[in-house]
Amino acid sequence: MTTGILGIWAGALLTLCLYSFLYRDNPFYRFAEHLFVGMSAGYWAVYTIFYVLKPNWWDKLVGAGDADPNMLWIIPGVLALLMLLRVVPKLAVYSRLPLALIVGGGAGLQLVTFFQTNGLKQVENTIIPLTGGGTVGFVNNLILVSGVVCGLVYFFFSKAHKGFTGGMASTGITILMVAFGASFGYTVMARISLLIGQTQFLLFEWLPTIPRVLGL
Amino acid sequence: MRLYVPLAITFIAGMIMILEFFIPHQPFPTLGDGVKDWYTIVASSAIFLGVLNLLRVHLKKIARRRKHWRYSPVTIIGFLSMFITGVAWGVTEETPFYYLFNEMVVPMGATMFSLLAFFVASAAFRAFRASNWRASLLLASAFLVMLGRVPIGDIIWRWIPGAAESSHPYLVSEIAEWIMQVPNMAGQRAILIGAAMGVVATSLRMIFGIERSYLGGGD
Amino acid sequence: MKKLLERIGNVDRRIIFILMALAVIVPLALELTMEMPVGEGPSYDLYEYVEDLPADSRVLMSFDYDPSTKPELQPMARALVTHMMSNDVNIVAMALWPQGATLGQTILSSVSDSLGTEQYQDWVNLGYKTGGQVLIVRLGSSLEAAFPTDLEEVPYGEIPMLSDISTLRDFDLVITLSAGDPGIPAWVMIASDRFGVPVGGGCTAVSAPQFYPYLQEREGERPQMEGLLGGLRGAADYETLIERPGLAAAGMSAQSIAHLVIMVFIVIGNITFFATGRKKRTKGGGR
Repeated sequence: MTTGILGIWAGALLTLCLYSFLYRDNPFYRFAEHLFVGMSAGYWAVYTIFYVLKPNWWDKLVGAGDADPNMLWIIPGVLALLMLLRVVPKLAVYSRLPLALIVGGGAGLQLVTFFQTNGLKQVENTIIPLTGGGTVGFVNNLILVSGVVCGLVYFFFSKAHKGFTGGMASTGITILMVAFGASFGYTVMARISLLIGQTQFLLFEWLPTIPRVLGL
Repeated sequence: MRLYVPLAITFIAGMIMILEFFIPHQPFPTLGDGVKDWYTIVASSAIFLGVLNLLRVHLKKIARRRKHWRYSPVTIIGFLSMFITGVAWGVTEETPFYYLFNEMVVPMGATMFSLLAFFVASAAFRAFRASNWRASLLLASAFLVMLGRVPIGDIIWRWIPGAAESSHPYLVSEIAEWIMQVPNMAGQRAILIGAAMGVVATSLRMIFGIERSYLGGGD
Repeated sequence: MKKLLERIGNVDRRIIFILMALAVIVPLALELTMEMPVGEGPSYDLYEYVEDLPADSRVLMSFDYDPSTKPELQPMARALVTHMMSNDVNIVAMALWPQGATLGQTILSSVSDSLGTEQYQDWVNLGYKTGGQVLIVRLGSSLEAAFPTDLEEVPYGEIPMLSDISTLRDFDLVITLSAGDPGIPAWVMIASDRFGVPVGGGCTAVSAPQFYPYLQEREGERPQMEGLLGGLRGAADYETLIERPGLAAAGMSAQSIAHLVIMVFIVIGNITFFATGRKKRTKGGGR
């Protein structure tokens, strides 16, 4: 049996073990689940150590190739080690230092990027002329502009949703319901697509190997 | 000290990333590059921390014979198989690591999430109720998108006499695309803007040390 | 009738699972095909943009997904890589998700073998690095600092096709295949809005609706995203446009039948709920 067919059978049998969960929880499912978790962790560990930490830190610290060693790289190395102290309860407090770098750096970056892309740019793209695109263009742009404004009013809870504000909020949630319906439709599509992919694997890659394996 | 040093690091790192955006002159680009390079290293160790924790949990389970402890060796063997093959022979094509990943990890990963297709069907049957007119609107929108994003929607439309020769022979997919481009875009944009304001507020709170939950409590 | 409706409403969920499985297996096994024209929309926009790229253009392609979303994103990846390699577009691949690096390598090497393109001349896989959005910003100042070597540990300076690429701004297009965070929003925020590099993408159908705001075109301005392939339908559209139908196009028949089945489930579920519910309220009486 070639390694190719062996691999296909390994994948197929593990797939069927996982699908057995649909009948009920059972040892085959638990075996495959635990194996998957372990192998994924092994993958992450290999990549993190040998393809991130080594080229981006160790080689720069010791000066790989023609580069000179740079002792400044000891600092992120120490911070990385401090992060690992999180598993030791008595020393976990020292992991605050690397966490602070991660949180601070991430927060600083997100503040400007989210504001620029998801804040200002979205507001800018909502300021569009209602006229000039014919009747269809007018209706579309009206729905777009009013939908955004009314949707934002709906999320503003500092003022009671009564009267005119209530009317706008009501319009907003109506538009949001249409958006959520579209999201639900796409979510159903996504889940089924994943099932289709695995079914294609079982039907078109695994099943044809059965006669070969059985010697037919 | 245990509180103020991390808060100071958060503030400095955050301010460097913000100032680097607005001030392209030295020393801010160099400081910014430094923060980003160190961020990559420290974030990698966070991933490794997760791996270490996983091994610790399962080794403890075996030692203390907790519920389902017999499966923990499977996890550890899985981990060691990938780790040892990756270290010994590398991760490129035609290595044992690559083979194990493609033949075992990929099918298992794909299957895990494909189980959701069944649960979404069950949930749709049991829980999706058009109990008021807005829920009915949501349902109608979902139906139109589900029909319009697959070929069968237009096939059903074209069964209607005259539809195929009309000015909109693919009306269902056009309606689905209109829903995505107009009401969906409006609703999603409102959510994006609202969420962006939330991120800005939370980021400011973290940088200025008002939000300290990430430090893990105790102070 | 009430008893029948109640029995239907309380049906064992494994019956639903079996019906769902049949809805997918039967069309695939019968190799059912359905006509699937590709109209104007985000899929066509991305295709058009890639088609208009001149030969020797440089595209940064980021494989930001893992095996759990492979059925949706791998067909997209194959179609995009095939299109670009056929048009002599140079591809620099990378990943923000660890397993994306290997999934991307699988696609790049198999398409390269079938089309006869050369690694390091026409494409290169830089691999995975941690950092997400922070890493993308770093690419804006130096690609080599973020990726000192490629996936096969060849130093950046020794890769011929990278000799005149130093930062993110040197690319003509960024394509991201995204299953979550980090993914499309990070690339739009940094590459498109901060550094002015056009961004196109593919994503799982779950997240596609939330990226439509990035697609809006305003007169005289570039959109935040040049195009978007949403889910398996997006992949099928692209395969159809490049005239190389593959797994995605083949899956559309099963997708269609499964959608109809889900819709029938929802309708039946509502019928049983309202019919039995109305009868319960009547029995309670007095209100």
